[in-house]
Amino acid sequence: MGRITNCFERLKNAGRQALIPYVTAGDPAPAVSVPLMHAMVAAGADIIELGVPFSDPMADGPVIQRAAERALMQGTSLRDVLAMVAEFRRQDTGTPVVLMGYLNPVEVMGYDTFAKAAAGVGVDGVISVDLPPEEAHGLLTALRGQAIDPIFLLAPTTDDIRIEKICAVASGYVYYVALKGVTGAAGLDVQSVADKLAQIGRHTGLPVAVGFGIKDADAAATVAKVADAVVVGSSLVKKIEQNAGQSDRIIREIADVLARMRVAMDA
Amino acid sequence: MTVQIKQAAGALPDDNGHFGPYGGRFVAETLMVPLRELQEAYDKYLSDDDFLNELDEDLRQFVGRPSPLYLAERWSAQLGGAQIYLKREDLNHTGAHKVNNTVGQALLAKRMGKTRIIAETGAGQHGVATATVAARLGLKCVVYMGAVDIARQAVNVYRMKLLGAEVVSVASGSKTLKDALNEAMRDWVTNIDDTFYIIGTVAGPHPYPAMVRDFQAIIGREARAQILDQAGRLPDALVACVGGGSNAIGLFYPFLDDSDVAVYGVEAAGHGLETGRHAAPLCAGRPGVLHGNRTYLMEDDNGQIIETHSISAGLDYPGVGPEHAWLKDAGRAQYVAISDDEALAAFHNLTRVEGIMPALESSHALAYAGKLASTMARDQIIVVNLSGRGDKDIHTVAALEGIKV
Repeated sequence: MGRITNCFERLKNAGRQALIPYVTAGDPAPAVSVPLMHAMVAAGADIIELGVPFSDPMADGPVIQRAAERALMQGTSLRDVLAMVAEFRRQDTGTPVVLMGYLNPVEVMGYDTFAKAAAGVGVDGVISVDLPPEEAHGLLTALRGQAIDPIFLLAPTTDDIRIEKICAVASGYVYYVALKGVTGAAGLDVQSVADKLAQIGRHTGLPVAVGFGIKDADAAATVAKVADAVVVGSSLVKKIEQNAGQSDRIIREIADVLARMRVAMDA
Repeated sequence: MTVQIKQAAGALPDDNGHFGPYGGRFVAETLMVPLRELQEAYDKYLSDDDFLNELDEDLRQFVGRPSPLYLAERWSAQLGGAQIYLKREDLNHTGAHKVNNTVGQALLAKRMGKTRIIAETGAGQHGVATATVAARLGLKCVVYMGAVDIARQAVNVYRMKLLGAEVVSVASGSKTLKDALNEAMRDWVTNIDDTFYIIGTVAGPHPYPAMVRDFQAIIGREARAQILDQAGRLPDALVACVGGGSNAIGLFYPFLDDSDVAVYGVEAAGHGLETGRHAAPLCAGRPGVLHGNRTYLMEDDNGQIIETHSISAGLDYPGVGPEHAWLKDAGRAQYVAISDDEALAAFHNLTRVEGIMPALESSHALAYAGKLASTMARDQIIVVNLSGRGDKDIHTVAALEGIKV
């Protein structure tokens, strides 16, 4: 059993939900990423989604677009991101790490090369935002060969047929995109999320994480009542932008946001 | 070879939009069901007589089709080789081939009950063609355009505004066409219920490459009938410029089964392929995944998309339609590149010799056709797609020559 499945089992037994922060690797600087990851775990993160920066992030709102631009300005490549995970694993062998990004950097590296390298450094799951299961055969084979969980998105527009098809190939968890829009958008409707999660639950026993549009501790706590995990990204990345150049303060403020979410979710 | 080409012309893409290893649907999950709905609507109306009749009527009465196939006698004589015929897409309403596709997609949008149209644009020709059909049908229209392109295509920006469209400046990434496309995709994912995204080229997720090709293929169908009528035989070669590749596939597609017709797609070599400052993914790039499809791309060793350069905003794009990638690999079409300077020379030459001012995009095709013609015999024939008129480019050309217009 992988670290992700273990993590959800442990939380389930404790009656808790996972808190999953997203940050873009290399933002604000490559040297900050690993200390930031450790600080997020200390503040209550259960799983870390580490963004692989891409030049054309079509599914992201302006906050995460700018994060990718900052990371790329400093040359952060997929190889660098894998090196960060390796460094993180020297101190933390328990917290699952999921890489989230777009297909092309993985495609250029080669599916097998990537999967082997990712498994070697201790990556547990991979989300490729622009890779629906219809196109995923090659990457799925490579990831499964290395016991890495392929994590897929489900959306408000996803119908029963597709939920069935996606959950059949996913493992670890599935990620429900809570609104029609890009990361960091407004307009989260908790009732419609709850309805959709009930629909998804009729097709799969996999844990369901909910992300996109969760801005604060209240929203996290509300979503945690209906989901297995809460993903928070843009509202953390905003702290990086607001405190440009002050890495200690960035780490402190992000840890603070997560700690408040943790308390609200566990209350 | 012939059998394979027949497949290329007849059976591709497959049900998931693949042209061999290229094409497909590489998008976020939110768009998968809307893309399926678009596919279903398109399949339905492609065989619906009312739809096809309305499209045909619009192409004749609103666009001004058929466009002439013009024999450039003086220019051909000057070159001393093959006879060059120009497919006059520059004479269409709005001045380029782009309107063939926007008329078709807008009719589809109306049938699907969508009330809001969005588009991306580089040179502004597709944006103008989209704003035009939106005005005519009374649909709300938003056009995304890179901040760099807005600065160099001010006339088209103003045209779009006059037509009632909102032009949104895109300041992310390289601030050109690829970023405008990203932003249009983000709008679409957010406003999926009431919005129809009119993609302007034969790229993007399935069914766009096939659908845009089918709407543009009228160029080649007309040209094929016209050359048979005017010259009594098929041409020896076709030449068209390739950015995303919609005017090129539109000309090429109806000829793909004619194995004696050579097919040349002309990319933008910018400052020269050896400088890296170009927009020629088929000539100097490699396969990857961007904007919903797998195709040849300009990318670095880490899979990041790199900035392109061309004097022509309409060719300044790091990808290319997946069917062109397939035609390249299958050997059915050859892809070559023409530099900024060569295109500019062709722009001036056609203007002076034939009294026709071509778009800088089309000037790339003209420059290559000129080279090709002089290696061919006088009884041979080349058909060039003159995909747009050059009025929009006079400020660019004047600035290069230090003239203030």
